[in-house]
Amino acid sequence: MDPVGFWDVFKSRGLDFFSGVPDSTFGEAYNFMVRDPEIRYVPAVREDVALGVASAAYFAGGLGGVIMQNSGIGNIVNPLTSFSLMYKIPALLVVGWRGYGGPPNDAPEHWIMGVKTPEIFDLLGVPYRVMEPDNLEQDLDGLLARINNEMVPGALVVRSGMIS
Amino acid sequence: MINRYEAIQTVLRRIDPEDLVLSTTGMISREVFITNDRPGNFYMIGSMGLLSSFGLGLALQSPGQRVYVLEGDGSALMSLGALPLIATEGPDNLVHVILDNEAYESTGAQPSISSKVDLDEIAKSSGYPHVARAEDLGSLEDALSDCYTNPGPHLILVKANIAPVDGIPRIPHPPTEIRDRFRDQVAQGGSSK
Repeated sequence: MDPVGFWDVFKSRGLDFFSGVPDSTFGEAYNFMVRDPEIRYVPAVREDVALGVASAAYFAGGLGGVIMQNSGIGNIVNPLTSFSLMYKIPALLVVGWRGYGGPPNDAPEHWIMGVKTPEIFDLLGVPYRVMEPDNLEQDLDGLLARINNEMVPGALVVRSGMIS
Repeated sequence: MINRYEAIQTVLRRIDPEDLVLSTTGMISREVFITNDRPGNFYMIGSMGLLSSFGLGLALQSPGQRVYVLEGDGSALMSLGALPLIATEGPDNLVHVILDNEAYESTGAQPSISSKVDLDEIAKSSGYPHVARAEDLGSLEDALSDCYTNPGPHLILVKANIAPVDGIPRIPHPPTEIRDRFRDQVAQGGSSK
């Protein structure tokens, strides 16, 4: 789907506060978001920092988003378990799925996390949806419902080639 | 040098009712709790290193409220990249206090590297417009006063003694109660800055 339409789906659901670390999965969509005057974006130095920043939105009556690559999941395991999941602070993780399917896809550094990404979210009790290009609205709404019902972070996992 | 518990009491004496106070894991949160337990306190009892990032988010999300971040040198060192991020985003309402006893006191006072690293100099080079170093209670009082007149974000480095205080309880509130009452306090907003 096109990059502008991608963010319109988030904005139409009141999601306008994001923090994160770029990933090539999002392509031009990342740059559109950074320039979008309707989105407040904090370019974090690490994914855990992004989760800390974005989680503040819940306290101001909103829901914060984290933009990240799945390799950054390792950096948010402790913040998820001893902050987000413990206090029950909801947030939306928008995660680029590098190394999808394992080798020989993508680069070697993505192979292991590429295979383990769904298992890690399951293990942590973080609900996730894999984005389908023609189904973003339904996928996102389903995920947001779980995030709000369970008061936990949830992940929208985005494979490469979904946005262009 | 200042005793940390005294430094915490000194900071908390200066806060206004609508201010938000965030404290890091370990003894700092417990000493904040015993000094002045209030809904506007968020005790981050886990996630060492995450506090300043959360404080940055809150300062941006609630610009009308002054946000105090109280963490130790170990916590600040763990997430050192947050310093230039805070300075770059530049929220005027953030008062970042690092209680630097050069040790991981909550786990048994193992030494940290901050005896050899000047965290106030790192804050200056990160771009904090107001950086103060407090080595006695008078300079801490002055630094806190300067936060009302200088542009922020502010960083106060408090050089502290290792001085454990007996009988400080663990925080009895369940995490979701800490969350809910803090959220109500954010909703009330403020007009500090």
